[in-house]
Amino acid sequence: MPLRKDIKKVLVIGSGPIIIGQAAEFDYAGAQACRALKQEGLEVVLINSNPATIMTDKAMADKIYIEPLTLDVVKRVIEIEKPDSVLSTLGGQTGLTLSMQLAEEGFLKSHHVKLLGANPETIHKAEDRQAFKDTMEKIGEPCIPSKVVETVEDAVDFAKEIHYPVIVRPAFTLGGTGGGIADNEEQLRDIATNGLRLSPITQVLIEKCISGWKEIEFEVIRDRKGNVITVCSMENFDPVGVHTGDSIVIAPAVTLSDREYQMLRTASLNIISELKVEGGCNCQFALHPESMQYAVIEVNPRVSRSSALASKATGYPIAKAATKIAVGYTLDEIINQVTGKTYACFEPALDYVVIKFPKWAFDKFVYAKRTLGTQMKATGEVMAIGTSFEQAMMKAVRSTELGVDSMNMKKYETMPVNELLDLLKSGVEDERSFQVFAALKQGVSIQEIHEITLIDEWFLEKLHNLVELEAWLAEGELTEEKYLMAKQYGYLDKTIERMSGQSCPVHKHSVFKMVDTCAGEFKAETPYFYSTYDDENEAEQFIERTNTGKKKVIVFGSGPIRIGQGIEFDYCSVHCVWTLKELGYEAVICNNNPETVSTDFDTGDRLYFDPLTPEDVDNIIETEKPYGVVVQFGGQTAIKLTRHLADKGVNILGTSADDIDAAEDRERFDELLEQCGIPRPEGFTVMTTKEAVKVADQLGYPVLLRPSYVLGGQNMIIAHSEQDVIEYMGIITSHMIENPVLIDKYMMGTEVEVDAICDGTDFLIPGIMEHVERAGVHSGDSISIYPAQNLSKKITDTIIEYTKRLALALHVSGLVNIQYVVYRGEVYVIEVNPRSSRTVPYISKVTGIPMVDIATKIMFGATLKELGYETGLHPAGDYVAVKVPVFSFEKLQDVDTMLGPEMKSTGECLGIGRNFEDALLKGLVAAGYDLKKEGGVLISVRDSEKKEMIRIAEKFSRMGFELYATSGTASYLNRNMIATNTVRKISEGSPNTIDLLESGKIHYMISTSAKGRMPARDSVKMRRKSVERSICSLTAVDTANALANVLLSGRTMNDVELIDITKI
Amino acid sequence: MALIKHAEPAWLVLADGQIFKGNSFGETGTVIGEVVFTTSMTGYQETLTDPSYYGQIVTQTFPLIGNYGVNSQDFESDKSYVSGYIVREWCNMPSNFRCEDDINQFLKSQHIIGLYNIDTRRLTRTLREAGVMNGAITTENPEQNLSSLLEKIKAYSVTNAVESVTNPESKTYTPECPAKYRVALFDFGYKRNIRQELVKRNCEVIVVPADTTAEQLTALHPDGIMLSNGPGDPAENIQIIENLKEIAKLNIPIFGICLGHQLMALSQGAKTEKLKYGHRGANQPVIDLASGKTYVTSQNHGYAVVGESLNPEIGEVSHINANDKTCEGVRYKTCSAFTVQFHPEAHGGPLDTAYLFDEFISNMQKGAESSCH
Repeated sequence: MPLRKDIKKVLVIGSGPIIIGQAAEFDYAGAQACRALKQEGLEVVLINSNPATIMTDKAMADKIYIEPLTLDVVKRVIEIEKPDSVLSTLGGQTGLTLSMQLAEEGFLKSHHVKLLGANPETIHKAEDRQAFKDTMEKIGEPCIPSKVVETVEDAVDFAKEIHYPVIVRPAFTLGGTGGGIADNEEQLRDIATNGLRLSPITQVLIEKCISGWKEIEFEVIRDRKGNVITVCSMENFDPVGVHTGDSIVIAPAVTLSDREYQMLRTASLNIISELKVEGGCNCQFALHPESMQYAVIEVNPRVSRSSALASKATGYPIAKAATKIAVGYTLDEIINQVTGKTYACFEPALDYVVIKFPKWAFDKFVYAKRTLGTQMKATGEVMAIGTSFEQAMMKAVRSTELGVDSMNMKKYETMPVNELLDLLKSGVEDERSFQVFAALKQGVSIQEIHEITLIDEWFLEKLHNLVELEAWLAEGELTEEKYLMAKQYGYLDKTIERMSGQSCPVHKHSVFKMVDTCAGEFKAETPYFYSTYDDENEAEQFIERTNTGKKKVIVFGSGPIRIGQGIEFDYCSVHCVWTLKELGYEAVICNNNPETVSTDFDTGDRLYFDPLTPEDVDNIIETEKPYGVVVQFGGQTAIKLTRHLADKGVNILGTSADDIDAAEDRERFDELLEQCGIPRPEGFTVMTTKEAVKVADQLGYPVLLRPSYVLGGQNMIIAHSEQDVIEYMGIITSHMIENPVLIDKYMMGTEVEVDAICDGTDFLIPGIMEHVERAGVHSGDSISIYPAQNLSKKITDTIIEYTKRLALALHVSGLVNIQYVVYRGEVYVIEVNPRSSRTVPYISKVTGIPMVDIATKIMFGATLKELGYETGLHPAGDYVAVKVPVFSFEKLQDVDTMLGPEMKSTGECLGIGRNFEDALLKGLVAAGYDLKKEGGVLISVRDSEKKEMIRIAEKFSRMGFELYATSGTASYLNRNMIATNTVRKISEGSPNTIDLLESGKIHYMISTSAKGRMPARDSVKMRRKSVERSICSLTAVDTANALANVLLSGRTMNDVELIDITKI
Repeated sequence: MALIKHAEPAWLVLADGQIFKGNSFGETGTVIGEVVFTTSMTGYQETLTDPSYYGQIVTQTFPLIGNYGVNSQDFESDKSYVSGYIVREWCNMPSNFRCEDDINQFLKSQHIIGLYNIDTRRLTRTLREAGVMNGAITTENPEQNLSSLLEKIKAYSVTNAVESVTNPESKTYTPECPAKYRVALFDFGYKRNIRQELVKRNCEVIVVPADTTAEQLTALHPDGIMLSNGPGDPAENIQIIENLKEIAKLNIPIFGICLGHQLMALSQGAKTEKLKYGHRGANQPVIDLASGKTYVTSQNHGYAVVGESLNPEIGEVSHINANDKTCEGVRYKTCSAFTVQFHPEAHGGPLDTAYLFDEFISNMQKGAESSCH
């Protein structure tokens, strides 16, 4: 059954902004889907609000709408474009839910649109708890005792029946948002209340807790002929109880005998067959560790994070196969691209093991609760491939960029055993694997750790092997035999030397093995490799065999998705690769993030799935012998390699290592600014708390503190007092002693950002962006407007001039990102990054200037002139684009939501409109702001901002909102003739602000405070409460003002034009 | 102590002179065999006890073997039939609730010579390119007597395989409920689960020796005949093939698996051929030509029936391998027989084609009905 004849034009719904639980994997899936559809000659219409994605690139679809993913907007797109089909299963939960709503309302039917991928009945059976349970019962697949309830009382009654602990799982929420484990009635009431509120259909599942069972997943594919296969099995390091997105995962499952494996595999096939999924599906099981008893935990009838992992782990492109199936093909008709000989209707065989290690943001969110449970908290992940568990684990650990090169983490190494064990007993934290390792190292038995953690002894034994190896390294002579074993176990030379206290007897480069889906059974030409220590180097053979005579260029990727380094760098890396191919080079990618497009093996000419540390990279360079390497598109991960590579004599394409250093080294940078005659906020470099206090005093508060060499404003704060300086120096120095801390005068002006391209002579600024929030809010967390709306000609000219001077002085060859602050009519430079930035994808899309492509060409000697670009600022187009950040605060407990110099957003949306107001409206709607036009507004702001609040409060008041404020703010507003109700502070007893937030009367809260972060503070409690109650919380007066203006304009999404960006 | 710091060396010598140096586990000594690889990621215990591997040195492509240890329930026969065993890494601290022993102890108890810590992927790729090859695992440094060892390796061939693995005694197995059918199971080196699948379906199973004749069979009054899997070159079994010619005429429903499938085809005038490196693994896609559906199957064979050599009046190819299109099943027209190259009994491998046993049962049912009338 080949391509369905009745399909000509397909609407693909993307997954929107990156949030915890829905990350880059859907860009990977979506991009594969778009390509697969275009290969079939189909017209592709795409809607996605996330501008940092590859899938919203012009090369991916025929019509692209970067518009809010709301039901009404999708309907309008369908009315405009009249597609004959909608692909529902590639856009994560967002895409699936929207598709289901469209189908259930009858909209698809009335508009003659077919739903591809999964039908509403399938989705209903898989996602509605009761329907799912009934379906499983019908086919005899066991479920965990559970009941769907719609009230807290019913939840409590059922829990009494099945006994505590119980798990609460809200229906239709992403990544298990709002779920949790309750040990008693009080906890259950708390969690169930929250879960019911978060569930769009006010339903939660109360379920018997089966903590300690093994958690096993299968990725399954089915076609409409009924062919079913499993692509990959996966086993969680952490037993049931930790969200699979937060668990270390190994593929394939390793502790299951064939009986157990086949039992669960057969169950997966039965489930997908009964659900009649046409495409990919993920089945999660709990398996009793001491019997053959098992239970189905969850089924996702769509492409997911796990399927992205399974695709990368096996080489089997699930999203592509799922798309082809959706448009009519069957598995036996789809050729396995890897072998070119076999078909997609087979099950991959692995001859290696894969480990996924999550990446959390707790290094940024110092006060966040680190406990892991049913609510996913990781922002991203890395994957490592090895011939042994130990090797893969070591690679995974160093890929996560935690500042460790083994399982030894300083803070646990020296912790007394009883404290370590208490920590392990108190619950699962993100660093549990390191805690376990430290306990093993201190001699705690595997049995004891197993009893505490319930982690399978197999995993503990493997970690124990590492403990033994490290002890062996430390004793006696470092023989070649020992060295080789350590290499096979994944240790770096420098780690071996540190642990043995001896230099390595030899230095061995790794070899590279191919990921070929078939364990070597068939000849494959997949250019997909991982390093190991073995006899044969298949990458070397591959390079010889396929010798194209082209020069080879390596592009280093950006590693795991984290706050401050997101999908935008993958967009840049992929574009660089495409351009390199176009220029006639062989493009080689090195990266370790399984969620991304860059690690799709057919993006580059070759893919190395390995850590991005100096030694790992050296191995790749040794095999590839490239003409040059590109570091400027892979964020700080790639930039960090620059110095090492330059020292090794590797040809770094684009801006030189020395110039990159000149921008990052504070003293050199100051010199450069002086030469260029450009002012910057006064500042100094300090090493100790004492120095910091002194310097801060000298500059005058407020001051900005940050460690050098960081991205995403990590550990950056504004200090208003000496006490703040002392507190933060304490935190910063505990993390990185050897790095100096920078202290700057904090200037509260307008922040302006520029991405420019320079060829050494000419420079091009595609656009100047202005931030809604004044300086002090991290640029990644600010609402950013292109083109800038409020800059005078003089200021604009100054910015152009400064950009030119800086780009030329730094000898930029390629991209440079510069942040300015305009303060009292003067322009100051805050930061210069001679590399790609977060804003490159969106500016490229709205200006139509392919920035990465141009920058790449310039690295190879092209000039802007030759490429047809003028020098200076590119004239602004007809549209205004507003980037609005998106946060994942509801997933992270105890994190203060107040915006500051430290970045907190996980993703972004874009609104494009004819004017600023329309664009902002779209951006806010896309970011999930519920723009209610009535209700209450609670205001509590710091003294310095009370005056500014008058005009904002007045706007809300004029629109008929009821105003509430804490005593200070209320009396100030009342004095200024704005009627405001006074609310008690938390300390003043009930009813207080928290009760008011609970009451449901409040729709907006404007909360700023001089201090934040500490969860115990009143202001933080209020902000957390607003997150829990899904109340729109504004923590910067500028954001509040912008929102008030949007509301005042009276325009709604129905009034604004939807824009196909391919026509810009 | 889990980390093996010092292990004794062992070598694999291939017929083409390549030597892989690794470490020894299991028994020590020297063994010669046909070196093959299997891509199954689980089911090593089933592989080790599958009589079809008689005469072969089996390489596991999955690098971590022995993770769940060895238990007494998952054996496919009474002992291990492999000549030698090669893995990347074996697990000396297995973890599973059914685990009774580790794989090293098991190999020792079976006197199987093992080799680990070699580049198994390189070996697999060698075998894929050159085809199956003879080789030897030895714990004596082979450099010293290489030429004489190579001579022995080259001279080796798997002979009298079925004779060596079949049990000359018949044995009867009865289900818990009263049996509905009586099945004669030819023991060419049968896997235990073939018998169990039949017993599970209320069959009384009489396991009969490989050389059982039509006459002897008739005396047992079976409702169905099951031709089992087994080792070696099928064409070598001249007498068995002759017997099967007669047996096919008895008009008793026949179901053949693997070697049983090949022997049946040979008895009906078809030919078999040796595949370059065979099909061994748990992920082989097979297309059922009647329904057009593809099934993932467990396989272990080095020979295949040449589909074109089958007289279309006698039988037709019912299944083909989706990858190389070789014959995976035959449905006969002249008698109530169907045979498959793959292993519907699984163990190890997918259970997706277990329905074929039901088909066999239903053939017996039909047979019983027609003989009543």
